Amino acid sequence: MAVYQLKTAKEPPSLERGAIAWVRHHLLSSTFNILFTALSIYILYIIVPPLLNWFILDADFVGSKKADCGGDGACWVFIREKLKMFIYGFYPESEVWRANLTMALAAITIALAVIERTPKKVKIASILILPIVTIILLSGGYFGLPHVETSAWGGLLLTLVIAAVGIVLSFPIGVLFALGRQSKLPIIKTLSVFYIELIRGVPLITVLFMASVVLPLFFPEGMDFDKLVRALIGITLFQAAYVAENIRGGLQAIHSGQYEAADSLGLGYWSKMRLVILPQAIKVAIPNLVGSFISLFKDTSLVMIIGLFDILSMVKLTANDRDWLGMSTEGFVFVAIIYWVFNYAMSKYSKNLEKKLNTDNRD
Amino acid sequence: MLALLRNEKVRGILYQLITIVGFVALIMYVAQNTAHNIESRGIKSGLDFLNTTAGFDITETPIAFSPMSTHWDVFKVGLSNTLIISFVGIILTSILGLIIGIARLSSNWLISRMAAGYIEIFRNLPILLQILFWYNIVLAALPSARNSLNFFDHIFLNKKGLFVPNPVFEDGSWLMGAALILAFILGYFINKWAAKRHDETGQEFPVILVGLALVILLPLLAYFISGSPMHFDYPEASRFGFKGGKTFTPEFLALLFALTIYTATFIAEAIRSGIEAVAKGQKEAATSLGLTPSQSLKLVVLPQAVRISIPPIINQYLNLAKNSSLAAAVGYPELVTVFAGTSLNITGQALEIIGITMLTYLIISLLVSAILNWFNKKMKIKER
Repeated sequence: MAVYQLKTAKEPPSLERGAIAWVRHHLLSSTFNILFTALSIYILYIIVPPLLNWFILDADFVGSKKADCGGDGACWVFIREKLKMFIYGFYPESEVWRANLTMALAAITIALAVIERTPKKVKIASILILPIVTIILLSGGYFGLPHVETSAWGGLLLTLVIAAVGIVLSFPIGVLFALGRQSKLPIIKTLSVFYIELIRGVPLITVLFMASVVLPLFFPEGMDFDKLVRALIGITLFQAAYVAENIRGGLQAIHSGQYEAADSLGLGYWSKMRLVILPQAIKVAIPNLVGSFISLFKDTSLVMIIGLFDILSMVKLTANDRDWLGMSTEGFVFVAIIYWVFNYAMSKYSKNLEKKLNTDNRD
Repeated sequence: MLALLRNEKVRGILYQLITIVGFVALIMYVAQNTAHNIESRGIKSGLDFLNTTAGFDITETPIAFSPMSTHWDVFKVGLSNTLIISFVGIILTSILGLIIGIARLSSNWLISRMAAGYIEIFRNLPILLQILFWYNIVLAALPSARNSLNFFDHIFLNKKGLFVPNPVFEDGSWLMGAALILAFILGYFINKWAAKRHDETGQEFPVILVGLALVILLPLLAYFISGSPMHFDYPEASRFGFKGGKTFTPEFLALLFALTIYTATFIAEAIRSGIEAVAKGQKEAATSLGLTPSQSLKLVVLPQAVRISIPPIINQYLNLAKNSSLAAAVGYPELVTVFAGTSLNITGQALEIIGITMLTYLIISLLVSAILNWFNKKMKIKER
């Protein structure tokens, strides 16, 4: 009986191996592809070297005044000198540690929320406690902390406060409206649909105008709202409608068997929602929720139009400094990088989450 | 009594009653306060202000406007500017989004990565920042009118804006318009006939090519028959900037560029996810039927991808229209800038003006979602 030996396979031809094969398949597979590759290399050649020169090679990093920036590139000295403005706005210098502490606490809360092993109760408690601690710390007036007017809050600090408050407060309101929209009770359903569609149909800027100009008319004289509080009300009410739609998407993805199972266990409406439906619906909705939080983070920049000093308005303020005229490009680029890093991190996180949740559901 | 409370229906009615009472109480409370506040602050109320003279001028007016015009005219000018920027923006962003979306799916690694880079960069920056960047940095860095960038001697770009030739229609140009409409009607019937013939005999007909030829050739023919009733008004350099032609202000351009570039990232993503959502088996089935790659794309993949891509794309168009309200930051005279801005400052009637502005956007949104619902119904898979 012949015994056949398995022959070792020949290696693929040298053109089909390693880096060469990769280049051939991904860059040069056809005449068109070769043309496109050449075109893209040309575009990169036009864009990248000048940007690199401006950002790093011709840029000035050391010094303390405008005269130290002689090159054609960016003047990062300006950013370094104005960094405090960009991050804290007009927050008094002696109290800056409070802002730092708040941001550190926020970072810890986010870390707790992102790490999976944290018990759910700790996650929820930390997210609920954060806004209260933030207000006490930043505004002061208690525990011997001197009071800091909200008009002095600014820069990245203000942007983060608005985004965090908008996210945390809009969530429960959004859940209520989502449940209202799915409700069988006609009046509650109508009111919810009306609210959600009204808000989603108008631009945020009109809601902010409404909150800043019209809202004070709605309440008795003397009941004076802070400008920041008015903006927060506007942003929260706006965001709530979008959260509601995201949650509704999650609710619709839940199989009707889940509702029936909860009913047959004898659970009432609220226990059914709290214990069975919402945990599943929110899980399904998380990627979309993160998406709408990214939009909210970008939209916080609109408060500039109603006269709050968020990080974007710092560009104009700092560039108006007589010693630093003509530095707004650096300001814009710096602020853009900050926004970008935050949003990119959030979108990457949501992508990962989506992948993980997908495999959970598909078995 | 308690037993009644345990009845789900009774409880439902009770909940709704509480909601209604609470809602009405809130409305009444707010209305009372508002009436009181308006009176004590001496603000006028009602819609009479719409008929009063505005007293200010607007830089870009697609319809006739002067400082003697009323606030109602301000509203109309603002709304038309909103619609103009949205319309132009939607066309440009569709083209750009399509190019980026296709590039993102390209088998060429470099092209696909560059498209991905574009999407990741511009999608994650606030639109307001982009508008301000274009306005304050890029367009402000353009040369002065004297040293304008000159394209073909008829298009000029400088700090004051973009100057392009403007078509002027004279008497008799209606024939060209009629020819264009005729071309569309003919195209519609040819399309119908070609589809019918294809169903019956399987023969293909180059509908798109013929349609395009009709749309271009018929008006051209009409142009010559009616004795060339159209010419271009070219911008010409004069001592104070440019005369004639059509001017696009820096405000318009900044807003347009930012809206186009920002929205295109979302449209590209919608196109990509639409095409990627078509099941792999569909492409394999098409290949096993012997269709060429381009036939498989045209006959199998795209018709299914369109169903998934179009709704988010239409939503992005709506977002673009809503984002155009950020013109307030650079002063392009659209609805929010002139009506909810200048008119509000002059009349002080915040409640009415912001109400009207919101209502206008709401109507636009509802119209768009009506179109979307119609589309979804039409595109719904008809299962037998």
